Amino acid sequence: MEGIDKMGRFKKTGKKGVPELNMGSMSDIIFMFLFFFMVITTMRESSLFVVIQIPKATEIQKLEKKALVSSINIGKPNQNYIKKLGPEPRIQLNDQFAEPKDIVEFVEVEKRRRNEVERTMITWSLKVDEKVKMGIVTDVKQELRKASAFKVNYASRKDIER
Amino acid sequence: MAKKTPGLNTGSMADISFLLLTFFLLTSSINTDQGIQRRLPPPLAPDQEVPEMNRRNVLQILVNKHDQLLVNGEVLTDVRQLKNRTKEFISNPNNNSSLSEQHSKYIEDLGENIMVSKGVVSLQNDRSTSYSMYVSVQNQLTKAFNELREEYAQQHFGKSFDKLSETQKKGVQKIYPISISEAEPSNYGGNR
Repeated sequence: MEGIDKMGRFKKTGKKGVPELNMGSMSDIIFMFLFFFMVITTMRESSLFVVIQIPKATEIQKLEKKALVSSINIGKPNQNYIKKLGPEPRIQLNDQFAEPKDIVEFVEVEKRRRNEVERTMITWSLKVDEKVKMGIVTDVKQELRKASAFKVNYASRKDIER
Repeated sequence: MAKKTPGLNTGSMADISFLLLTFFLLTSSINTDQGIQRRLPPPLAPDQEVPEMNRRNVLQILVNKHDQLLVNGEVLTDVRQLKNRTKEFISNPNNNSSLSEQHSKYIEDLGENIMVSKGVVSLQNDRSTSYSMYVSVQNQLTKAFNELREEYAQQHFGKSFDKLSETQKKGVQKIYPISISEAEPSNYGGNR
C-alpha cells in the first residue's frame, strides 16, 4: 500500500518526471529497415553517358528477374560528351560507348557471366530515347539476331490509357 | 572481484544506422525494368526462301519517315485505330474474304480443335521513323492481341485471362500468338 493514502488516492511521493525510454533496441529496428531496403533494391548501375527518355506505352510487362536483364542504352551523348562526339545518338554498353558491330562481343561477354541454364533466358532490354531514329535501333536488332540474342524488351514507362 | 566493464553508450547507434539507411535509400532504385517484350526471329540463312503467303493473310503496316501509317494501302491518321484494325484482321468475325483465313487447329493445352487465324502482321518502318512511333505501333499491336486473348478467356472460361491456370493461358496464347513479322531492313539509302 505504499504510495497510496488512506482515501485510496495516489500520493505525490518520490521523483517526478517521465521515465527514460530504453533506446537500445532502436538501432536494431533501424538496421532491420536498412537490410530490408538493401535486399529489395539494387544499386544504381553504371552511370549513363547518354540522355534517355524512354517512350510511353500501355501494354507493358515487368521483367521478373533483374539478374537476367542486360541493358543496351541508345541516346544522345550527355553534356560532358556532346562536344566531343556531336549530337548523333550513340550506343552505350555497360560503361563505354560502342558501335553496332560491338554488340556481338557484348552479348558473348554477358552470356559468359551467367551459367549455362540462364544463358538462353537473358532479356536484352533496349533502353532507347524516344526521339532516336529507327535506323540505329534496326542495326542493333540485326546484330542481336546475329548473336542469337532473341529475347528483347523495348523499355517503356507506364502511360495512362486515354 | 571481477571488474565491471563500463557500459557502452549506444545512443548514437540509431543515428549512425539512420544515416546508412538514408544513404541506401538515395543510391538505390526500386523500379524494375519494364517494357514491351518481343522475340526476334533467327537470322535468315542466305539460301533460305521467304515463305509465300496468301495476300489476304498479311496485314501490311508501313511507317514512313514522317511517322505516318499506311495499313494495307490505306492511310491511318491515328495510331489508336491500329488496334481495332488488327483485331478485326486476326479474328475475322464475319468471314470476310479480304481478312485473314481461319483454320482448325488442335490446341494441346486445351485438348480441342479451335479455329485459329493464319494471319500475320507485317511491320516495316523507315530508318528515319522515330522510336516513339515504333513503340506506339508495337504497343497497339500488343494491345490488340491482349484484348483478343482477354475476350476469348471471358467467353470460354468466364474469367479474366490473368486468372486462368497456366495451361489455359498457354492454350489461349497459342490460339492468338503474337505473330508480327518485321521485314528484313532493306537498304533504301538515306543517312543514319
